Amino acid sequence: MGSMEVKEIKEQILTTQNVCILPEVEDNLETKEMILNMGPQHPATHGVLRLVLRLDGEEIVGMEPHIGYLHRGIEKLMESKTYAQALPLTDRLDYISSPANNTAYAIAIEKLFGIEAPIRAKFIRTIFCEMARISSHLLWLATHALDIGAMTIFTYCFREREWLLDLFEMTVGARLLTNFARIGGVRCDISPEFVQGLRDFTKEFPSRVQEYETLLTKNPIWMERTIDIAQISGEDALSWGLTGPCLRGSGVDYDLRRDCPYDAYPYLKFHVPLGENGDVYDRYLCRMEELRQSNEMLKQLLDQLPEGEIISDDSPDFVIPTPPRQVEGAGSAASAFITLSKERKMINTGDLYSAVEVPKGELGVYVVSDGSGKPYRLRLRTPSFVHIAAMPALSVGHMVADIIAIIGSIDIVLGESDK
Amino acid sequence: MILNIIILIIEVAVVLGVLLLHVAYAVYFERKILGHIQARLGPTEVGPLGLFQPFADLVKLFFKEDNIPFGADKFLFTAAPVIVVTCVMTSFSVLPFAAGWVLANINVGLLFILAMSSLGVYGIIIAGWSSNSKYAFLGALRSSAQIISYEIPMGIALLAVLIMTGSLNLSDIVYAQDKLPWGMFIFPQIIGFFVFLVCALAETNRTPFDLPEAETELVAGYLTEYSGFRWGLFFLAEYSAMYVMSSMLTICFLGGWTLPPFLTNLLPILNLVPGIIWFLLKVYAIMFFYIWVRGTVPRYRFDQLLKIGWKLLLPLSLTNLFIIMIIKKVFMP
Repeated sequence: MGSMEVKEIKEQILTTQNVCILPEVEDNLETKEMILNMGPQHPATHGVLRLVLRLDGEEIVGMEPHIGYLHRGIEKLMESKTYAQALPLTDRLDYISSPANNTAYAIAIEKLFGIEAPIRAKFIRTIFCEMARISSHLLWLATHALDIGAMTIFTYCFREREWLLDLFEMTVGARLLTNFARIGGVRCDISPEFVQGLRDFTKEFPSRVQEYETLLTKNPIWMERTIDIAQISGEDALSWGLTGPCLRGSGVDYDLRRDCPYDAYPYLKFHVPLGENGDVYDRYLCRMEELRQSNEMLKQLLDQLPEGEIISDDSPDFVIPTPPRQVEGAGSAASAFITLSKERKMINTGDLYSAVEVPKGELGVYVVSDGSGKPYRLRLRTPSFVHIAAMPALSVGHMVADIIAIIGSIDIVLGESDK
Repeated sequence: MILNIIILIIEVAVVLGVLLLHVAYAVYFERKILGHIQARLGPTEVGPLGLFQPFADLVKLFFKEDNIPFGADKFLFTAAPVIVVTCVMTSFSVLPFAAGWVLANINVGLLFILAMSSLGVYGIIIAGWSSNSKYAFLGALRSSAQIISYEIPMGIALLAVLIMTGSLNLSDIVYAQDKLPWGMFIFPQIIGFFVFLVCALAETNRTPFDLPEAETELVAGYLTEYSGFRWGLFFLAEYSAMYVMSSMLTICFLGGWTLPPFLTNLLPILNLVPGIIWFLLKVYAIMFFYIWVRGTVPRYRFDQLLKIGWKLLLPLSLTNLFIIMIIKKVFMP
């Protein structure tokens, strides 16, 4: 191809794609809609979301979200793994609250095969779920406030989130992708130091939430930017399939932790915060109250924490290799581990849908077992995927600057939506 | 004749050099204070307490790739940062830093600064237009609308200062304040001071009015396609503008390099401190306020920003003008 041709093609691309080229002077001064590609590389799209905006001036007249830039085929991958092997993949869904995803998957498989986790394991799982909720909501608040321009909140939230991540690290060794829950229990027991560290956190945390609220809740600029933005009524929210704080912000009283309790939630007393208007501000208030409620739940969980086993006897594929025996008779530690963890086939058949309340909404797991020891089909109903679908309805009629408030307020994680 | 010109050039070079150093350290000052507001440390690595950070940044900017996007208007793209920087730097020439410390003691100093800050908009809109990018274009449109809207209340707030002084010469404005027993125009022009303070935030694109370069919406506004030293020039212009606006506030409302007479009567030793120190202290106090605001509040939306400019600040500045006219007529004939 000659260099002239390249230049021609480039010019062609420029004329078809560019806005800055105005119509000829002879044309009458018609206004045209402008198409703006926001993302997949954009500071406010929280990952690799691409939004195609049709703009009239700064007002949005149309919007189309494009997802799939982070697609890893998690559902398909799970079909080729045994039930226990598929567990680490769930970490990669909503990577900022991985314990909640692990628990959702573990509970579904437990229900399918009739495995009952010991009570202590259930409590530990719930502790981790609530810690994940706080850490996820902190990241949401940090980025949401940063998007709207309040940059100080960002570092304050990360300060507290670090604290929680350190606690994760203390128990599991990992900070983000903890992979902590197991089918029929948890991976390892929590230490007294962890309990003490968490107690310190719960003591300190309410004053920190107060600090964030001082900076934002009654701030006139914050209120002007969030009140009446992306309003959605309760019925509309239900028909769009919104869940979690996005649904409760519109005043629909629905929380799986209370309505269909799993793990240690039946033992806890908490109240579910509700909004009225269903706008960005109400969703913000809901999540702020959830931070406080989760903190209360953590206190109750630590007080009631029972003694006992951490893993059920009929848990599949799970053998804890004890260090001295592990080396005996084997060339290396790794090969010893392999010989000890033999695969136990799970051959029941049937299908089941089970859902839990993760920080972003309802994470449902639909699993079909054909008795081969691997899921025949595993479908994940992830809240972010559903929430992104509602974005055009939420944002038409608002301005470009509101887009970022809306993305922040529906709290999406692209790892979860693209799967 | 030639000697005079040489002396003038040396003066310009000295003032510009010292000021650029101040601007460089204004960046350091901002990063350090913002860091401490946000529970972190700010720059610490380069030199003691990170004091050489501005030079490290400068060297980095010099060696970055100078990228001109395909399809950009090369001439305008190159000219835009120069226009912006020139406009801001020229404003420095009429600012009096202490008694007699001024490069050009012209009689229309106030108007000159207003004119230069208006001309700066050309640089911004040319930058946005010539970049051939949608984000830059939107940023430039926002910026020009914002700066033009906020210039009106700002001008009216300064009109009240003009009525009190009767002169457009910036040194005369300071001398006029010195005659008052409290030594500052902030009383009775407290409303005017407030209006100017808010307008200065908008004119220099600072939070909560930093929409033109709102990182999270428009990536970097009109700066999106700029890199390397051209970007550095915009950055320099922005911080210099912040410096000019703080100096204007100091000169027009806080008594410039002078101290209130009642304070010097009480503690005569304060007279020994050179005026430039007081001037810089006042300027840095205002700069600190700007940085504090940046660390605290979120950002306005574009329509809200224009609403504040036209519906709140303009009536306020007119009220201020009215009050000052009455005060001038009744109490200071």
